[in-house]
Amino acid sequence: MDEKVVIAKRVALEMKEGSLVNLGIGLPTTVANYLPAGLQVFFQSENGIVGLAPAPEGGLTDPNLTDAGGGFVGAIPGAASIDSSVSFGLIRGGHLDVTVLGGLEVDELGHLANWTVPGKMIPGMGGAMDLVSGAKQVIVAMQHSAKGKSKILKRCTLPLTSVRRVSLIVTELAVLEPTEAGLVLKETAPGVTVEQVVAATEATLIIPEKVGVMPIA
Amino acid sequence: MHKATSCTKAVEMIPDGATLMIGGFLGIGTPKRMIEEIIRQGKKNLTVIANDTGRPEVGIGKLVVAKLVKKVIASHIGTNPETQKQMIAGELEVILTPQGTLAEQIRAGGYGLGGVLTATGIGTTVAEGKQTIELQGKTYLIELPLHADFALIAAHRADYLGNLEYALTARNFNSVMATSADIVFAEPDHIVPVGVIPPDAVITPFCCVDYIIERSN
Repeated sequence: MDEKVVIAKRVALEMKEGSLVNLGIGLPTTVANYLPAGLQVFFQSENGIVGLAPAPEGGLTDPNLTDAGGGFVGAIPGAASIDSSVSFGLIRGGHLDVTVLGGLEVDELGHLANWTVPGKMIPGMGGAMDLVSGAKQVIVAMQHSAKGKSKILKRCTLPLTSVRRVSLIVTELAVLEPTEAGLVLKETAPGVTVEQVVAATEATLIIPEKVGVMPIA
Repeated sequence: MHKATSCTKAVEMIPDGATLMIGGFLGIGTPKRMIEEIIRQGKKNLTVIANDTGRPEVGIGKLVVAKLVKKVIASHIGTNPETQKQMIAGELEVILTPQGTLAEQIRAGGYGLGGVLTATGIGTTVAEGKQTIELQGKTYLIELPLHADFALIAAHRADYLGNLEYALTARNFNSVMATSADIVFAEPDHIVPVGVIPPDAVITPFCCVDYIIERSN
């Protein structure tokens, strides 16, 4: 299975009936493709809609209906258009159940860095700081390493997105839960050993007696 | 009361060096005709407050490419390499602000509030040089209100009085900005008789709008 599919499928299992979810651009967006059958979740996009749906087919797109990446989308019956203040009121006020974001680095404190590489890439934080600070559950969906280097570090080296501890980190190798004591290895991907995860991770992991296997197929 | 004006006359009211709030999210809901006219009239040294700087060929991005902007306050500049280039060259000052904080700073400016208390940005580079305050056991960052000389608003429909209705995700920052500038220009796709937009569908009440940009010059 493709690494990114492993991540998206595992994140999809975190979704609960009726939750309001914000999926970041890129890999996080693909989580919507792997939701368990029959599960209804609602998607919010910070540019101003609650009840996002996939883009309609056959040239039916509306130039005034996009996601936060500017891509055309659709809306479910019952969707609501909102302004940026209401949109971020939902995010910052604790009305958003889950945010799924990509990451550049995560560390043992559960801190996420995902918005800038000073001197190289300065796109701006967009809504990321608000999402990580305000959503009830913050899931980081990212590949374990970049260019052979672990992205899960003892301490982030890049500017942080928030000092709030994220809820869960899902990579193609493992599911990690940041806790007060450190990063707990909850699950490995099918066919991946605990030793492989440890070897691929710069951060020190807390390994419980029983480590699960991601229930994905 | 006659609020209709041509795009040319509206832009003639804007002096060089003015501070503009410009609605839109990656060009969706950005007042396109006013942007073109600002470029045609060659307004200079503008300060632009907006969610993003569009793309080089889209929306606010065109103002940056034309080198008419000296300062930008935005949440995201990643889709416009020209903004980053001018920033690195020291030709353009860029203040990157979390999107929710930006929306609330604008709202505070429009609603007569002295500022915003938020957890977003605490412990990050956004907090540098800013005051924090502890209230009821929680630490908040103090973000000051934003106000502009002019707000450039894109709307779906305006009636002759200036009541505004928006389309889907093209609302974004527009309705918030319409409260927070000395002079508010609304550039609607359609202008309809008073009464066509029912009271419950009005998002921006007419009292916020100073001028309606006519459909053609």
